[in-house]
Amino acid sequence: MRKMLAAVSRVLSGAAQKPANRVLVASRNFANDATFEIKKCDLHRLEEGPPVTTVLTREDGLKYYRMMQTVRRMELKADQLYKQKIIRGFCHLCDGQRCVLYCFMLSSLTQEACCVGLEAGINPTDHLITAYRAHGFTFTRGLSVREILAELTGRKGGCAKGKGGSMHMYAKNFYGGNGIVGAQVPLGAGIALACKYNGKDEVCLTLYGDGAANQGQIFEAYNMAALWKLPCIFICENNRYGMGTSVERAAASTDYFKRGDFIPGLRVDGMDILCVREATRFAAAYCRSGKGPILMELQTYRYHGHSMSDPGVSYRTREEIQEVRSKSDPIMLLKDRMVNSNLASVEELKEIDVEVRKEIEDAAQFATADPEPPLEELGYHIYSSDPPFEVRGANQWIKFKSVS
Amino acid sequence: MAAVSGLVRRPLRQVGGGTAPQCPRATPAHPSSSLSILLSPCQVSGLLKRRFHRTAPAALQVTVRDAINQGMDEELERDEKVFLLGEEVAQYDGAYKVSRGLWKKYGDKRIIDTPISEMGFAGIAVGAAMAGLRPICEFMTFNFSMQAIDQVINSAAKTYYMSGGLQPVPIVFRGPNGASAGVAAQHSQCFAAWYGHCPGLKVVSPWSSEDAKGLIKSAIRDNNPVVMLENELMYGVPFEFPAEAQSKDFLIPIGKAKIERQGTHITVVSHSRPVGHCLEAATVLSKEGIECEVINLRTIRPMDIETVEASVMKTNHLVTVEGGWPQFGVGAEICARIMEGPAFNFLDAPAVRVTGADVPMPYAKILEDNSVPQVKDIIFAIKKTLNI
Repeated sequence: MRKMLAAVSRVLSGAAQKPANRVLVASRNFANDATFEIKKCDLHRLEEGPPVTTVLTREDGLKYYRMMQTVRRMELKADQLYKQKIIRGFCHLCDGQRCVLYCFMLSSLTQEACCVGLEAGINPTDHLITAYRAHGFTFTRGLSVREILAELTGRKGGCAKGKGGSMHMYAKNFYGGNGIVGAQVPLGAGIALACKYNGKDEVCLTLYGDGAANQGQIFEAYNMAALWKLPCIFICENNRYGMGTSVERAAASTDYFKRGDFIPGLRVDGMDILCVREATRFAAAYCRSGKGPILMELQTYRYHGHSMSDPGVSYRTREEIQEVRSKSDPIMLLKDRMVNSNLASVEELKEIDVEVRKEIEDAAQFATADPEPPLEELGYHIYSSDPPFEVRGANQWIKFKSVS
Repeated sequence: MAAVSGLVRRPLRQVGGGTAPQCPRATPAHPSSSLSILLSPCQVSGLLKRRFHRTAPAALQVTVRDAINQGMDEELERDEKVFLLGEEVAQYDGAYKVSRGLWKKYGDKRIIDTPISEMGFAGIAVGAAMAGLRPICEFMTFNFSMQAIDQVINSAAKTYYMSGGLQPVPIVFRGPNGASAGVAAQHSQCFAAWYGHCPGLKVVSPWSSEDAKGLIKSAIRDNNPVVMLENELMYGVPFEFPAEAQSKDFLIPIGKAKIERQGTHITVVSHSRPVGHCLEAATVLSKEGIECEVINLRTIRPMDIETVEASVMKTNHLVTVEGGWPQFGVGAEICARIMEGPAFNFLDAPAVRVTGADVPMPYAKILEDNSVPQVKDIIFAIKKTLNI
C-alpha cells in the first residue's frame, strides 16, 4: 500500500512539477497495465501497419490523461481570455469547447489526442514542426502553460518574450508555430535532412492540415524527401474543414494518406490517443530504419470554428457537430478505458482535473498580471550574434537599440 | 547652410594630365576579352602594355567566379556543417560553373543537386539551418527566387525576431541577380530593393573578386540569413587579388562600403557591376578635371550610409547608380537617407539617380543596351549635377 502511494505520488508530482499535496487513492490495488484493442489503420503501399492491440501502463495512462486535460483546459482558458480581449489577433485553438454565451455547448475536444499521442510515440530528441494551431504541441514539447499563455497575452514572460504571439512559439526541437499555410512542410523536410546529415537516428514530425495538403510546396517536399530518403514523417491532421471549406469542396482526392503517391501512408484514428501513439511508433521506426519518409493522416474533428472569430456553423450543421462529439471524445475515451480496466479510479482522475485547473488558473493569473515587454526592446532580436545597432522607428528621430 | 535649390556653378580645379595614362588610340581590345566589358580600349591596351614593361605584379588575377568558388571551398573545408544545394550545383559544376570542382571534392552529402523546386528546396534549406546546419542555397538566378521568396522572408528573415531570439537561421541565399545579356524580361530583374526592404535579412552585392570572396565567406560565417546578389556578367572578369585576399581567413565585413576611388568634386555611389561603369566614367571625367569619389556599397542591408554621408559632406554632390528599376530602388533609399542626415546641408544640388530604365527588359540589343545605365548616362548625370 505504501509502495502504491509512493508510486502514485511520484507520478503525479513528476507530471505536475510540484509536490503532490494530497492524493486521494481508493483503497484497492490498481492494475499495472492493460491491453486494449485499437482500430486498424488503412494502409497505402505498406504490407503491414501498426499493431491492433497495445499495452497501456498505469503510469503512462495517468501521464497522458493529465497532459490532455492540461491542453484542453489551456485552450479553454485561451478561449476565455480571447473573449475578454486580453488575447489579440489570431487565436487558433486545439479544442472544441465553446463558451456558454454562444447558445451552443460543445462538450469535447479533438486535437489533444494528436499532440499527446504523437509525443508519446517519439523521443524528446526527435523534432517536430507544425502550422499555426500550435499551443498544444508547444506544451507537449516541453514548455509550461505559463509561458504559453503569457505569450498569447503578449507579455514579457511569454516564451517568445511577447514578440511572436499565438503562431510563433518555439522550444527545443520544436520549430513553431508557422503562419504561412504549407511553408512548414519543406522546413520539416529540411530538419529531417539535418537529422540524416548528422547521423543521429532522429526523425522529424512535419504536420499540416487538410487545407494545407493542397499546397504545391508540399508535393515538392514529398519528392525531395523520397528522393533523398529523409527521415521525415509527414502528418496530415484532417479535421475535415479548411476554415469554412469542407474537404469535399477543396480536394479532388480526400485520401490524404495516399497523396504522397510514392510515399507509403497510413490513415489513423486521430481521436484515440493509443491509436495515434502506436501509429507514430510504427512510423518513427520506419524512418529510423533508413527507408525514407512516411505519411500519416490523423482523422480528427474540429468542434470549434476555424479560429476565435468563426462561430463554425455557417458551413456545417449543428447536428453534425453534436453527432461527432457524442461519439468520440479523446479524453473521455481514455478515461473510460482506464477506469474500466482498473488502471485508475474516477476519484483519482478527478483529482488530476482539480490540479490541472489550478495550474491553468495560476498560469492565467501570471499571463494577465505579467507586464508587457518594455518598449526599449522593440528593436531587439533582428540579428543573431551581432553587436548592438540602431533600428529606425516610425520617424527618423525615433531610434530603437537592437541587441541580438 | 548651402542653398539647396538652384545649381551652384563651382569653378573646377584644373588638373593637369589626368590620372589615366595618355595612350594613342590603340587597336580596340580583342572582342572576346572579358576586360573589354570593364575598361575602355585605351585602358585595356594600356594594361597589356604595362604587363610587358614591368615585372609581374605580386597580386594575382582572379575572376569573380573563381573568387566565389574559393570562398565556398574554404568555408566547406573549415566547417563540416556548411553545405551547398541548388539546381545543377553538383554534377554539372554549377549552371555558371561557380561551384566547379566542389562536388568532386566534397561528394553527395555536402554538394546537393536539387530538382526544379525552388519553393521546396529553399524551405528545406531554411529548415536545415533552423536545425543547426549552415546551408548555402543557390538560386540559378534570383528571378527564380521569387517562387521561393516566402521561405526567404517569412521563414528565414523574420524567425529570429518572432521567436524572441530563440531560433537563429544561419543560411546564405546566393546566385546571379539583375541584367545579363539578351535574356529578356523574365530573366533580368534586380532584387536588391526587394530583399533590401526586409528587416532580419542581410543583403550583400559584390563587384570585384575580392568583394566576392570576402563577402561570401562573411556571409557563410554569419549566423543570420544573408542574400548575396552576384552578377552573371561579372563572373568571368578578372581582378587583381591583393595578398590579404589570398588568405583563408580573408573576410569583408558585412555593412561596410568601400571607397574605390578618392575624389573631391562629386560622390558617385553604386553596387555590383555598375561600380565598374562608375570608375570608367570617373576616368573619362578626370581628363576634364572632374574628380569623382566612387563608392562601392558592397552591402545593401545594413547600408553603410555613414560612408556616403562623409563623402557628400566633402564633395557636396551626389549621384547614385544602380542596375535596378528606379521606383523604390536603392538610389531612392540613399537619397531619402541623405535628406534625413547631416549631409543634406552640404548638398549644392539635388541628389540624382541613374538606374535601369523603367521597363521590363527588352530583348533586341539596342533596346537592352539602353535599358541599363551606360557610362555615358553616368557622365551626363554627373555633369548635370555639377551644372557643367
